[in-house]
Amino acid sequence: MPKYDFLNGNEAVAYGVKLSRPHVVSAYPITPQTKAVEKIAQFVQDGDLECEYMHVESEHSAMSCAIGSSSVGARTFTATSSQGLLYMLEGLPYASGARLPIVMMNANRSIATPWNIYGDQMDAMFALPTGWIQIFVEDAQEALDMMIQSFKLAEDHEILTPVMVNMDGFVLSHTYEKVQIPEQKDVDDFLPEIVTAPHLMQDENPMSMCISAGNKHNMEFKIKQHKEMEKAFEKFEEIDLEFEKKFGRGYGSAIVGYCHEDAECLLVTAGSVTGTAKNVVDKLRKAGKKVGLLKLRMIRPFPIKLLKELCSNNSTIGVLDKNISFGYEGSLFTNINSALKQNNHIGETYNFIGGIGGRDITPENIEEMFDVLLGNKKAEKISFYNMRCEL
Amino acid sequence: MKDFKVKKAPKLEKLSDFPMGSSCESFNITEINAGWRVFKPVLDVDKCVNCYRCYLVCPEGAIHKNNDKFEIDEDFCKGCGLCAHECKVNAISMIKETK
Repeated sequence: MPKYDFLNGNEAVAYGVKLSRPHVVSAYPITPQTKAVEKIAQFVQDGDLECEYMHVESEHSAMSCAIGSSSVGARTFTATSSQGLLYMLEGLPYASGARLPIVMMNANRSIATPWNIYGDQMDAMFALPTGWIQIFVEDAQEALDMMIQSFKLAEDHEILTPVMVNMDGFVLSHTYEKVQIPEQKDVDDFLPEIVTAPHLMQDENPMSMCISAGNKHNMEFKIKQHKEMEKAFEKFEEIDLEFEKKFGRGYGSAIVGYCHEDAECLLVTAGSVTGTAKNVVDKLRKAGKKVGLLKLRMIRPFPIKLLKELCSNNSTIGVLDKNISFGYEGSLFTNINSALKQNNHIGETYNFIGGIGGRDITPENIEEMFDVLLGNKKAEKISFYNMRCEL
Repeated sequence: MKDFKVKKAPKLEKLSDFPMGSSCESFNITEINAGWRVFKPVLDVDKCVNCYRCYLVCPEGAIHKNNDKFEIDEDFCKGCGLCAHECKVNAISMIKETK
């Protein structure tokens, strides 16, 4: 019988990490991630997880330690959020450029100022160009499962790219759900011990790491990294299929459609709001409206081709952003608009911004968004939802 | 201990020639570069006891073991004299360059 427990997202992440048997965890606590690293520390303290737990003095050090341990071939995990992610940002391109398979959980939280500890997705957007694979999860179960899958993806010798798993702060990190905890022996089968990649530090084959490359060669290094990141799509799907076979749950590819096949309009969501939006889609479908949803699971690398397969060329597309790139628009919208343009999409697109600093995105808000997409209500190209005052 | 001589920069003609990540075997990023030397180290192989000290301290990686004997790569030695200073059996002497 599979084992179930009542866990919040942070605890689910901690179980996912424990089952993945990392050699090193280096982390600095920050709300709303704290409970995850606290729980991992408890596992280590109680002897349930054999690993070097490094309670470092800052997030910058957390990433630096992770880079060090991963560069000698240790399975390495870290977690952070918001200001912490911004503080460790310098290390992120180091880790991806050196092709170190670190896995990180980022509990999505607002960015100061004004100071705020609640959830939105502003923080993750700062890390988009860092060369990390970026994944969003919808619930605690997906968070647990994606920990295990992410190590497999990052460590694959064709991929060798760090993975950041985004989990909405509070809505997921602090909300309790029924979560199935896989058996250790099944996880061991699925995720065997890490095999040190040939470019990492080894006594028998000494190498210089994190070398300099001047204007004669630097650009080619970057293009190589960029090109090789595209391999992640196929591997991501393959790993999920294998996971589904083993554990009976799968999540699909980088974008997953919901009621999308005959939809006249589609709403694109990332993270926990997907669940709310699915309920709204169900309600509107019952009323005979041809609406659908695209759940964006992976934003880097960005699944351009998959987007083409999932939406018909003239469908109206709305993008729900829990972030603002000040002076422009929501960052998911920028990304999706560009991909649609590359796919010669002709339907209209709209940007819906909401959920900033922990503001709720209600089913009514989402219904209103669909009203815009169905042409029943006029809206600006970029509009804000659940505001508490007039624009 | 692995004996290796620092190589010249590899030829990088296709993206696949580029190393994975930013890790690769060390190489000299300069072409032959020995013009700054005023004194050059000369090794007396009869006195040398193969202790590897010079190999480890050379900041340019210009000393290596070839078969059983140590050699100094004059193409890359800057003549800093660290090897001569550190050699416990005084097998390395610094001789003024004549050219």
